[in-house]
Amino acid sequence: MGFVTPRTLAGDYDVIVVGSGAAGGQTAYTLALEGVRVLMLEAGRRYDVAESPMFRTYGEAPLRGSGTPDKPFGFYDATIDGGWTVPGEPYHSASSSPDEQFMWWRARMLGGRTNHWGRIALRNGPYDFKPRTRDGLGFDWPIGYDELAPWYDKVEMLIGVYGSNEGLENTPDSPEGCLLPAPAARVGERLIRQRAATLGVPVVPIHRAVLTRKLDHQRIPALLHPGNERAQRLVAADMQARSACFWATPCGRGCSIRATYQSPAVHLPPALASGNLDIVCDAMAYEVTLDARGKASGVRFVDKTTGRHEAVTARAVVLAASACESVRILLNSKSAAFPDGLANSSGKVGRYIMDTVGSDLEGQIPLLEDLPPHNEDGAGGSHLYAPWWLYGRQGRDWEKGGLGFARGYHIELGTGRRMPGADTGAQLEWLTRGSYGRRFKEDVRRYYGSFVSFSGRGEMIPNEHSYCEIDPHAKDKWGIPVLRFHWRWSAHETRQAAHMQKTFADIVDAMGGKVVGRPEPDGAKAIAPGGSIIHEVGGALMGADPKRSVTNAWCQTWDVSNLFVTDGAPFPSNADKNPTLTIMALAWRAADHIAQRLRRKEI
Amino acid sequence: MDRRDTLRWMLAAAAAPAWRTAGAAVAAPRAGKGIGTDPDLRAAYERGTLWPLTFTAAQSRCAAALCGVIIPADERSPGADELGVHEFIDEWISAPYPDQRKDRDVVLEGLAWIDAEAGRRFGHAFAELAPEQQQAICDDICWVEQAGHRFVKPAKFFALFRDLTAGGFYTTPEGTKDLRFAGNVASENFDGPPAAVLKIVGVS
Repeated sequence: MGFVTPRTLAGDYDVIVVGSGAAGGQTAYTLALEGVRVLMLEAGRRYDVAESPMFRTYGEAPLRGSGTPDKPFGFYDATIDGGWTVPGEPYHSASSSPDEQFMWWRARMLGGRTNHWGRIALRNGPYDFKPRTRDGLGFDWPIGYDELAPWYDKVEMLIGVYGSNEGLENTPDSPEGCLLPAPAARVGERLIRQRAATLGVPVVPIHRAVLTRKLDHQRIPALLHPGNERAQRLVAADMQARSACFWATPCGRGCSIRATYQSPAVHLPPALASGNLDIVCDAMAYEVTLDARGKASGVRFVDKTTGRHEAVTARAVVLAASACESVRILLNSKSAAFPDGLANSSGKVGRYIMDTVGSDLEGQIPLLEDLPPHNEDGAGGSHLYAPWWLYGRQGRDWEKGGLGFARGYHIELGTGRRMPGADTGAQLEWLTRGSYGRRFKEDVRRYYGSFVSFSGRGEMIPNEHSYCEIDPHAKDKWGIPVLRFHWRWSAHETRQAAHMQKTFADIVDAMGGKVVGRPEPDGAKAIAPGGSIIHEVGGALMGADPKRSVTNAWCQTWDVSNLFVTDGAPFPSNADKNPTLTIMALAWRAADHIAQRLRRKEI
Repeated sequence: MDRRDTLRWMLAAAAAPAWRTAGAAVAAPRAGKGIGTDPDLRAAYERGTLWPLTFTAAQSRCAAALCGVIIPADERSPGADELGVHEFIDEWISAPYPDQRKDRDVVLEGLAWIDAEAGRRFGHAFAELAPEQQQAICDDICWVEQAGHRFVKPAKFFALFRDLTAGGFYTTPEGTKDLRFAGNVASENFDGPPAAVLKIVGVS
């Protein structure tokens, strides 16, 4: 078992998992360690975190590491064969209106988007599972926080998440022993905390999937896999092989010492070591096949290395290809029984695509100028953040709360003397009055590290106008029909974006600083384009009613009992909390369920 | 400066418009393969191997001189020209990407303008001017907001060129050291800011 090709596949897989990121990685991990024989199909190439260009400086890269259309987040970003566009694999927008666009980030590589993600790992809170009950909008989940909490615990202990328990509203504490210690805050973050407090905005340690110390390989494995000694042994061995963070290099480049969560660094090694996981890379899945009884029988895919169309069979199929790619596979799996796409008797496949509301603002802070040099790399990303603090003005009476929008956002912080890049010393004219020469050098020294950035990340309410479907006219280079996106924000989102801008400007003001540019009062202009925050969820919503949802609470499609979707597609809502941790918790829970049903021969 | 040079520069300056219309006089770059979606992230990249470079010898001299005026040597670090930042700018404007294509037009037209202006005022190419002569030109174009009508476009060029010079300079080992950047080194612990820093800012 291990990395195989269509020629060397075994013939007796229990489960095919399509995708290798947070969802596919977690699903395959859980199943393989529970003794289920798994075949994983990944559309991109094999990737190992040892490839990470960890200590490279921007001066060593083409264009000083700047983003380009083929490497949009910069040369050193871990993303391979991906970005807003993938050559030969287009997607389209139904509208030409600039505010109705959806941008779709894909990463065709083992581990997918987990390789470059921000590592922010927040739990949804109790309100986030029952939003409709709380304010009458959107959809409730068929499960509540308490039902998912045990799997949040497990995921945090497996991948390693730093943070603290603050006892804040709808911002759950983790049980003792789940979280790793939060890193010391940077000076800019401390100043934000001090001044934001005067505005009633709480700033506390964020939760990120970075090992601030090594995982406890003696305690944790038994909690993750009770009664399964083999799994405990494999996981303990792998935990010992992961290093703690050495407080350098941006996480988004990938982490060759395995101190952060990436699927190829955390989920796949113990799953492969179990001997129960085979992986085919460069396998572009496009259809789930059905047998005569209407059960999923396997998956068809294109072997990108040969161009040949291949088929594999198994007892069950799990789609974990990213919300929209899983939707695409379902909609392209047409048959007499499912003329509108597989598991789509509800007509809801592709509906209610969501992203996160995003809006950013920067400030320049005189108090942070000319500080004594010190190392601020820390754990890579933010150490502190501001969770949403105005729940009291929302809920059932949100319209009376005066905000004009029903859901919240959190604030991610960027501060510090970071490694100089192509934009260091740029765009300073408004501060320097056009200095050049010796004075310019002094100015750059003065202003370096004095900027702070605020990134608002808020909840979008699902709506009827945001969905994807198969484009009837277009195929990719493999001959697979592609997606066409429809997108629209509601006033809940645009007003929230305007509120972010005002809040950030107020915090900059409270810090005695100056806003870079100006805060944008028009929410429609302040909001980042749909999809651009790369928190794509929805499209195969879970629910309690088969007529109005695609899967049940176990990510199992209502129509096909041995077909599951474990990525973000089943999310009935998209809380401001970044979705990755919830994807993993849901996937682990679904995989436990699948393993149990396989053992009982119910699948 | 001899009379013939002066005359030549005056003629050149008379022929050169205040600013060419965008792109009109700028040759398109020769195609290169670009970075691609799966480059070797740990390889060393020689400038000019991913795409052909653009600068003529004269453009390179002008760009180097301007880099040196914007970031000259001082007691803490060398000048941008000494570190070859103009070569990075050549790499930048030669890249086969939309943002860089836009910058290409501005930079090439700007270099042509600044040489023509140098000739108009002082009868020599910009690179050959005395420091105070170079400064006299730069003073007119260093701040877009304050630039006179005739200098608005050159000032936009100067702003872009200064940004590129800074980005190119501070990403060299010498430039990074100039900023006293203390990171990108592995350490066992992260203790946060020193007490002295917290005291200056007044935070705990």
